[in-house]
Amino acid sequence: MSLETYQTDGFFDELFAQCGTPHPSAAPLIAEINALGRGDLKRRQRLAEDILYQSGNTFNVYGDKKGTEKILPFDIIPRLISSEDWGRLEKGITQRLHALNLFIQDIYNDQKILKDKVIPAEMIFSSACYLKPCEGLSPPKGIWTHISGTDFVRDADGEFYVLEDNLRCPSGISYVLENRAVLKRLFPQGFQTLKVRPVSNYGDHLYQTLKFIAPQGKDNPNIVVLTPGIYNSAYFEHAYLAQQMGVPLCQGSDLLVSDDKVFMRTTNGLKQVDVIYRRIDDEFIDPEIFREDSLLGVPGIMRCYRKGTVALANAPGTGIADDKAVYAYVPKIIKYYLGEDAISPNVPTYICEDEKERNYVLDNLDKLVVKAVNLSGGYGMLIGPKSTKAERQEFARRIKAKPRDYIAQPTLSLSRAPTLTSGGIEGRHVDFRPYSLYGQDIFTLPGGLTRVALKKGSLIVNSSQGGGSKDTWVLSDTEESHRYAGERPHA
Amino acid sequence: MLSRVANSLYWMSRYLERAENVARFVDVNTHLMLDLALPVDQTQWLPLISASDDEDDFKARYEHADEKSVVRFLTFDDKNPNSILSCINRARENARTIREVIPVDVWERINELYHLTQAHSRKRSVGALESYYNEVRRSGNHFAGMLINAMSRDESWHFARMGQLLERADKTARLLDVKYFLLLPKGEAIDSPYDNVQWGAVLKSVNALEMYRQEYHAINYRDVTQFLLFSKRFPRSVHFSIDYASSALSNICSGMPANKALSDMYALNQRFLRTDATKILTSGLHEFIDDLQLSLNQADQSIYETFFMR
Repeated sequence: MSLETYQTDGFFDELFAQCGTPHPSAAPLIAEINALGRGDLKRRQRLAEDILYQSGNTFNVYGDKKGTEKILPFDIIPRLISSEDWGRLEKGITQRLHALNLFIQDIYNDQKILKDKVIPAEMIFSSACYLKPCEGLSPPKGIWTHISGTDFVRDADGEFYVLEDNLRCPSGISYVLENRAVLKRLFPQGFQTLKVRPVSNYGDHLYQTLKFIAPQGKDNPNIVVLTPGIYNSAYFEHAYLAQQMGVPLCQGSDLLVSDDKVFMRTTNGLKQVDVIYRRIDDEFIDPEIFREDSLLGVPGIMRCYRKGTVALANAPGTGIADDKAVYAYVPKIIKYYLGEDAISPNVPTYICEDEKERNYVLDNLDKLVVKAVNLSGGYGMLIGPKSTKAERQEFARRIKAKPRDYIAQPTLSLSRAPTLTSGGIEGRHVDFRPYSLYGQDIFTLPGGLTRVALKKGSLIVNSSQGGGSKDTWVLSDTEESHRYAGERPHA
Repeated sequence: MLSRVANSLYWMSRYLERAENVARFVDVNTHLMLDLALPVDQTQWLPLISASDDEDDFKARYEHADEKSVVRFLTFDDKNPNSILSCINRARENARTIREVIPVDVWERINELYHLTQAHSRKRSVGALESYYNEVRRSGNHFAGMLINAMSRDESWHFARMGQLLERADKTARLLDVKYFLLLPKGEAIDSPYDNVQWGAVLKSVNALEMYRQEYHAINYRDVTQFLLFSKRFPRSVHFSIDYASSALSNICSGMPANKALSDMYALNQRFLRTDATKILTSGLHEFIDDLQLSLNQADQSIYETFFMR
């Protein structure tokens, strides 16, 4: 399958510097793809899909009574990240997470940043993500966001911009690990030549992170993963992570609170639980404090958390830093707490609550992307240049009715990566989500989820709207990183 | 371990064992019918359903008990909770909730069997099922082998094993019952060469023929009954299964206070020490099996109450 006729169409491309010329680091991979016989790449693509299908990482097709199941669409051509780019991303993420943790701690305690008027106080108190029950809370070791996944996009200039911080236990890490396992079988040579950095030890890092926050004096803490259950779309991932760590996977009904401690129901009576990696949203975690109608959570768990008998990852309340209006202030937050300039830039953001900015947004709806501050997954979004007049009118009405709920950003020219389509290899827009762990220190897994908008020309990478994923290869080509032997392919 | 997880392990194993046994039932009946060389309208398929107590359910939805309807009912009928399809669906649902404790290969094999079953069930004809039944039986062996080779001998293992063995005890007993039902109208044929051919088919369906021959050499119904119910060495015999299920249970209970599951299982095991095939064939095989099944259900209930109920 030849890439000689591949067109970059003027977009920043992840593998090609220009038509016909790969980025130097991508050259061995392009050579390997070019050397494949006609149809061979397609055969490997099908093989990859079969492997993923057999592994059972599938979701039910909605409304299909026959029980048809599908995998998350997967593209076989990996996306590469050079060691220089990775080094900067890593520093940028570490800096952000450090500052955002100080911010969340401050917001629920002293509120100095509000008193110093760096952020308008109404901005915080009007957020649906601000949780009053978290006031006065200080989580173990001062860490709120143990697990996070920062979304990046790359613009025409090749710069990585932070799009979202995702501090509420984002999903997708299992795809990173599974996609890698599949690609190692399909592109063994590419792996060896490029010295791809390994991702398979994520489970160990996660375990160490969770162990680090166990209540004092627990040398061998009982750590569990808490899932909403098998009907949750990320259930596969919850089971996968529990398996990777060798810890129990619990549902709310497996746990109970007694004497201000959390216990799990075992075949031999009750056993105390010390650390919970919970994949249940804040509002559902404790019906005594948050949503009373929640059947997923554990009544009384917040009481135990406050008393320090159990640790939760992530801490409740971190969503305040995910509010897209608060996001706009992150560069100021970094400056305020760390006295540094942001290493990874934000996408310029207009806050509709601000009258001047709102007017600009309303005058330029056809050029901007408008987003609801508290929604993700590509929902509640207007992409100006691709919108109809009726859609723009609708968004103008919504913005005027509830300005606090909306922000707007310029439409970025998202980078593209070569993708196998029915019409051969074509460029498709991508984003990037690396995953970080905040324990004894901040660790970012060298890899991540590259989401790809499979529809021609589409900018929406979300799986619910026609997006798929690619494996992401972070390369180690400096002397120092040679110490990572690289991940050995299976024979 | 978590009660819910133990429960799922137990049932995952039970359902897989059940699916495999239903495939064996159909297989043995097909062979019996061929050996009897009966005209098509006199073939006997209803006993397969009677033996598992599903006659009412069957008659509510099917007019005639012929090969086609019985095979459909036992294999792909999703309204029959004991059909192979239902068992595999439930085994997979259980496995899905405990993926973190079972070896990856076990999950992938169950998943593969599930997709295979779904694909077969969508076909209109029930012909050409032989290869499918073989696949179900092969999966059973594959599954058992993976558990033996890949699972630590911890609580998970013992619960999975106990589910498998109790189901097997129940189904081997029912298999004998199927033969018993078939024999009813012609009791005078007992011990005829014809009859012995049929008993051979029963042994074959549980891969017991060679092992049986080494012990008894020639086939007769008393020895077959003795072998399938009482052998302490053959792994599909009822006594063997109950004996090993008891030892799995003792392992689970080590360090725990006495409980009802233990005493029920003890009583079950004792029952086999007090009698043998000769006595049972005099007092009635069907009655013995009926009674045995009640006790197995009782033990299952006690296991539920002791470990799973919350």
